[in-house]
Amino acid sequence: MAITTRQKAGWGAANTVTLVVIAIPLLWIVSLSFKTPAAITDPSFWPAQWTWGNYSGILTSATFVRPLFNSIGIGLIATFVAVVFASMAAYAVARLTMPGKRLLVAGALLISIFPQISLVTPLYNIERSIGLFDTWPGLIIPYIAFGLPMAVYILAAFFQQIPWQLEKAAKVDGATPWQAFTKVIAPLAAPGMVTSAILVFMFCWNEFLFAISLTSTIGARTAPAALAFFSGSSQFTTPTGPIAAAAVVITIPIIIFVSVFQRRIVSGLTSGAVKG
Amino acid sequence: MADMVLDQVTKRYPDGTLAVDKLSLNIADGEFVILVGPSGCGKSTTLNMLAGLEDITEGELRIGGKVVNDKTPRDRDIAMVFQSYALYPHMTVRENMGFALKLAKTPKAVINQKVNDAAQSLGLTDLLDRKPANLSGGQQQRVAMGRAIVRDPAAFLMDEPLSNLDAKLRVQMRLQVAKLQKRLGATMVYVTHDQTEALTLGDRVAVLRGGVLQQAAAPQELYERPLNLFVAGFIGSPSMNFMSGTVDGGTLHTALGDMPVSGALRQELSKASREVIVGIRPENFQDPSLVSADARPHGITFQATIDVLESLGAEKYVYFNKDLGKTKYVTELEELAKDAGRADSGATSETVVARLDPATRISEGDKAQLWADARSLHVFDPATGRNLSVAADTKGSAAEQAGTGAVGHGAATPSPGQRADPR
Repeated sequence: MAITTRQKAGWGAANTVTLVVIAIPLLWIVSLSFKTPAAITDPSFWPAQWTWGNYSGILTSATFVRPLFNSIGIGLIATFVAVVFASMAAYAVARLTMPGKRLLVAGALLISIFPQISLVTPLYNIERSIGLFDTWPGLIIPYIAFGLPMAVYILAAFFQQIPWQLEKAAKVDGATPWQAFTKVIAPLAAPGMVTSAILVFMFCWNEFLFAISLTSTIGARTAPAALAFFSGSSQFTTPTGPIAAAAVVITIPIIIFVSVFQRRIVSGLTSGAVKG
Repeated sequence: MADMVLDQVTKRYPDGTLAVDKLSLNIADGEFVILVGPSGCGKSTTLNMLAGLEDITEGELRIGGKVVNDKTPRDRDIAMVFQSYALYPHMTVRENMGFALKLAKTPKAVINQKVNDAAQSLGLTDLLDRKPANLSGGQQQRVAMGRAIVRDPAAFLMDEPLSNLDAKLRVQMRLQVAKLQKRLGATMVYVTHDQTEALTLGDRVAVLRGGVLQQAAAPQELYERPLNLFVAGFIGSPSMNFMSGTVDGGTLHTALGDMPVSGALRQELSKASREVIVGIRPENFQDPSLVSADARPHGITFQATIDVLESLGAEKYVYFNKDLGKTKYVTELEELAKDAGRADSGATSETVVARLDPATRISEGDKAQLWADARSLHVFDPATGRNLSVAADTKGSAAEQAGTGAVGHGAATPSPGQRADPR
């Protein structure tokens, strides 16, 4: 069916509106981050006078640099652990018949829809009493708990798409089940692993509720939580500029992370595997 | 290379489905055995059990004299070619072919050498660095074969390896497979539902139905002396014509006419019920004008209106309708009809097909005379499906064994040690 000029115009308009709605707040934050404290409240969209002051300010203060480091560390560790365990669990869900499989899947779904706010108080008490409060593991563990079900769901879908005959072929070729998994199945599920890694990492990176409730110092506080503790240059200035600058800074790793791994998310990786 | 012995092997799925029922088959070292049957007959399950991809519920499987029931595929030293090829898409052709050797920790130089040799013999040398996605169907198929050859295994298992190729390529590859097997002198078990493949490739063909071995014999034996109705109908293309008949003393009454019954068969028939199923292959019909005077008394001449005539150059097929009477033993015939696609095409079992000499003058729409050779009739017991004419010939051997369960009797198998276990 040919697309008429009218349809083209319609889609064009819809796309433009969507883009504008998404881009304006982003550009606004970028613009704010380059404004001087005095110009924050001026009505112009772009700063009259561009300054790097907000950036140099936050990047030299430990109240932001240390949490940024925490965010990266906690995010990467939680993502790695979640994806490794999720790929094994997802494989079992997709391929094996075992007792309690439905229970596992239902449990995973239940956890992922569990409201986080209801867990904050118990987690706070538990972590305080066992000494995990305000530590990296204190955040990594709950992040894994919430990241795993998501990753299991995504990966199970990917594993189900991989032709089972490949695994049989690997077994006949003399592979142990572990070799069949690591050498044949896992490489083919790489797009799924990357997809789930990106989503889990973004979840960890953006997470605010646990980050602010389960930490008390910059020893374990992550960047989003640290933003809430920014103070202005004096007691009476709101730290709008530094917050905007920090927001821009914490967006950058996500952009890098996604753009690096997006190449791996190629469709049709399994094409040519089986025929018929 | 090694021999394989299936001893009363049974596969029962957890839901109770019986996929393979007490299958006994001796596969000699270097023998090319074909497992054939309609879909769902258990042939692929049998192959998977040989490979170790499926557990054996009961019975024993021995490869090279050792019981391997509980051995994993990696400990059985067998190679398998899958219907879908199952090439590893993230590896090049070279890596695909060398994967098994790499897992076996073979030195790199040896792997390279073996892969290159196999690639050479299959004409894959130029494709070694490509990924499977960039290969044509025929090339993928050859890579799948190459992956098996490289390993130099105790036995090859092939699961309908040619069924995804187009017709022309399939014929070529069929020849390749046959040559390959001869060259390697390999024990090979080959699953197919294509009876042309089965008859042309195998040293021995095992026909399965519903998980039960019907007959295991050399292709010609299978064709000429099918043990039961199912084998008779399944082997041969176009398939055997079946009609009901009644025995009355020395005469067999059929829709085509009354036929004389001779010696041994007559004795056998005197024991059977009066109702029988008569089978006659298309090539046992002839244009009476082309039948020699000596032969003519051995058959009957009848009249039929030719419905359709297909001329294939070297032979002519004529189709005509006859009221063949309801055959009583219908389940096998229905199953055969379904497998042949007749159930879907709307053709009735009343259509008889005859293969005539191309010299015949008969043409479409004629009310023609046709001659049927009574000597090559097959007479089946409608209750058990057993072929009474074969039973009569091989009196005293396994003929006494009743029905479809009686399989691969000794006399039907050419060489010792290569026969189905008569238990």
